[in-house]
Amino acid sequence: MADATITGGLPTGREARPASPEPMLAADGTLLRASLARSLRRQKARALLLIAPLLLFILVTFVLPIGDMLFRSVENAIVPETLPRTVAALRDDPAEVPGEAVFDALYTDLVVAEEYKIHTQLGTRLNYEFGGASSLFRGAGRHVGKFDTDVYADQFGDANPAFADPGRWAAWMADDAVRAALPQTTDAYDAWAKFTVDVHGDDPAEEDLGDFVYAALYRDLAAGAQPPGLPSVDVSGFEAVSLKQQFVDDDEGWGEPEIWTTLRTFSPRFTAGYYLNAVDLKIGPQGIELREGSDRIYIQLFIRTLILSVTITATCILLGYPVAFLLASLPMRSANLLMILVLLPFWTSLLVRTSAWKVLLQQQGVINDLLVWAGVLSDSGRLVMINNQTGTIIAMTHILLPFMILPLYSVMKGIPPSYVRAAKSLGANDWTAFWRVYFPQSVPGIGAGSILVFILAIGYYITPELVGGTKGVFISNRIAYHISDSLNWGLAAALGTILLAVVLLLYWAYDRLVGIDNVKLGG
Amino acid sequence: MALPTYASTGQRVWHYTFRTICGLILFYLIAPLLVVIPLSFNAQDFFTFTPEMLRLDPAGYSLQHYRDFFTNPDWQGPLWNSLAIAPVATLIAVALGTLAAVGLSQGHVPFKRAIMAILISPMIVPLIISAAGMYFFYSRIGLQGTYWGVVLAHAALGIPFVIITVTATLVGFDKSLTRAAASLGAGPMRTFWKVQMPLILPGVVSGALFAFITSFDEVVVVLFMGAAGQKTLPWQMFTGLREQISPTILAAATVLIAVSVLLLGTLELLRRRSERLRGLSPA
Repeated sequence: MADATITGGLPTGREARPASPEPMLAADGTLLRASLARSLRRQKARALLLIAPLLLFILVTFVLPIGDMLFRSVENAIVPETLPRTVAALRDDPAEVPGEAVFDALYTDLVVAEEYKIHTQLGTRLNYEFGGASSLFRGAGRHVGKFDTDVYADQFGDANPAFADPGRWAAWMADDAVRAALPQTTDAYDAWAKFTVDVHGDDPAEEDLGDFVYAALYRDLAAGAQPPGLPSVDVSGFEAVSLKQQFVDDDEGWGEPEIWTTLRTFSPRFTAGYYLNAVDLKIGPQGIELREGSDRIYIQLFIRTLILSVTITATCILLGYPVAFLLASLPMRSANLLMILVLLPFWTSLLVRTSAWKVLLQQQGVINDLLVWAGVLSDSGRLVMINNQTGTIIAMTHILLPFMILPLYSVMKGIPPSYVRAAKSLGANDWTAFWRVYFPQSVPGIGAGSILVFILAIGYYITPELVGGTKGVFISNRIAYHISDSLNWGLAAALGTILLAVVLLLYWAYDRLVGIDNVKLGG
Repeated sequence: MALPTYASTGQRVWHYTFRTICGLILFYLIAPLLVVIPLSFNAQDFFTFTPEMLRLDPAGYSLQHYRDFFTNPDWQGPLWNSLAIAPVATLIAVALGTLAAVGLSQGHVPFKRAIMAILISPMIVPLIISAAGMYFFYSRIGLQGTYWGVVLAHAALGIPFVIITVTATLVGFDKSLTRAAASLGAGPMRTFWKVQMPLILPGVVSGALFAFITSFDEVVVVLFMGAAGQKTLPWQMFTGLREQISPTILAAATVLIAVSVLLLGTLELLRRRSERLRGLSPA
């Protein structure tokens, strides 16, 4: 800016600045420098104000959702939220198969989770990491209500009828001294009272308490608690129930270390587990390890996605280059006419083009019929061109070809024909003139088109889904499967994030190479 | 690239070979669309040409698939849904996009590069990722499976196209025109509507067409974001192709091809108009 020459009212004695030392003033008498700065500021503010609504809109409708996906790829709140007590108890119990305290906590957690019907979701989530977790949690959820803990309620009721009175309990649990003396009981009672209101809509002061509250009371009293105001009762003679035994009797899996290792690994609120899963790794007892052979599918799928995208990009260059060359060298009128043949597919619905290919490539489809009719193929020897990689490559090359031709064309349009003529006049033959003079100048177009086609290809979903069968699908199809069928959203998010990282890297490269504001749309 | 009279035989052969190759590639581009059109008039429920059709026997052709398309609620519902979603999404995209493009075209915009990158990103991020993120986020805020959820998502996807086309027109916009309007006493609003808008209108319209077609053709996001009540035409075609493949799809496809020809024609007219204007005005 001109700031360097307009230096306010500073008296300058330097020889290099013979200009008048008088400060320059604007028409209204203020310093010109200040006036310019103010108008510049105002201009900036106006521009930002015009952009702000859209920026806000995109941030809310698009950037936040992407952020949400990133968050979900590491988020793991379901374990600590469904089993808060178990997670806390596990921290103090390093044994491979934990002791009674953890099972006590698990019992309380599961009774509560079963009331809210969320234990099956947890089972499903943990099943991604350890096959068998789902059936463990389902089974335990079904049977946890029939555990033998009802003996506590009976024994307390026999010792003093006040213990069977919900009204008395409500009074006790309103007393801070009692709450302080009976921590486990308080915790269990609060959970019970909450789901009695939330799920059943009943008044806790009138309903019979759950067995797990009595089990908690037994544990508190057996540990020597002396709550004020409660009838005194000697629990040393009570018949005790081992919850660990109850769980193991229900399913032996609870007595084996695998489920506990899994629970321990996935206790934190955030996990790298989904990312490990997305690259075929898992956290085993000895740290990070490869998954079993049959579960190792994602690396292969990523590689296939890359290979297919590269193949499609290469085919697009091969088919697009001659057409762009022809269009660039024809006179304007005929070029515009031929351009329609490129632009019409570009403007036609993706679904229309995909259905056209489905119709053409089927075994009973147009191409096979034609070949059989022409006698090239026998009726039994029809080509299999759909529901495999061939189908994906043919259809996607067709769909993405305009994205290669258009940038190539706009670059080739800018190559002066005189260069090639000059080369020829200097003795180059046709091939040398093309290869040494024309082609190097068209390389930026190939670069721009290739990145564009590759970015679009790598994230394609619809076409591979419809014509790709099982062998011709991309990583996107797996992401869609995890969102809508397996409901493993975390894994879908992790796979999506990896794909997004690749695309953004290419986007950055494209921006450096072409500049995003130079993207041209259809001539 | 006419062949010079002194061309050698080799050059002649290559010239015609090259043209044949290009012809074949262009045929590959356009043939699938051309095949769909006659097949949609098939009297049978087949996806291939019947002997009657090849003999050009009128009995081999019928309008039954079009009748099905225009009367069957399985197709009419989605068609109207598409027509209810796309224009509203386009309106949002064009209004916000044009405003922002005008802002971006003024000099001295801080963080211009970063802002541009964010605004263009919906075009670059793979649709499946946008769909996943939007599905997760919109179900958190209760917009998943609602009309407005789909409209907002489609508007976001259409905005990059509006930004690109309008910014491109604004590059050639002569700023002294707005200064002249201002010096003659017009306020910013009046300058915009009376001077700037008529000149950038072709860019705005082609941006609108892009935004419209983006929403009208979009299937991935609506597949995840929408409920049965928001089923659009591409969605119906997608399920049709995946499950119960019915030839009505070809009738729908032909209708859509007609729509794209219409859009392409409009764009071409706009391009010619702006070229003519540019040719008339002194550079």
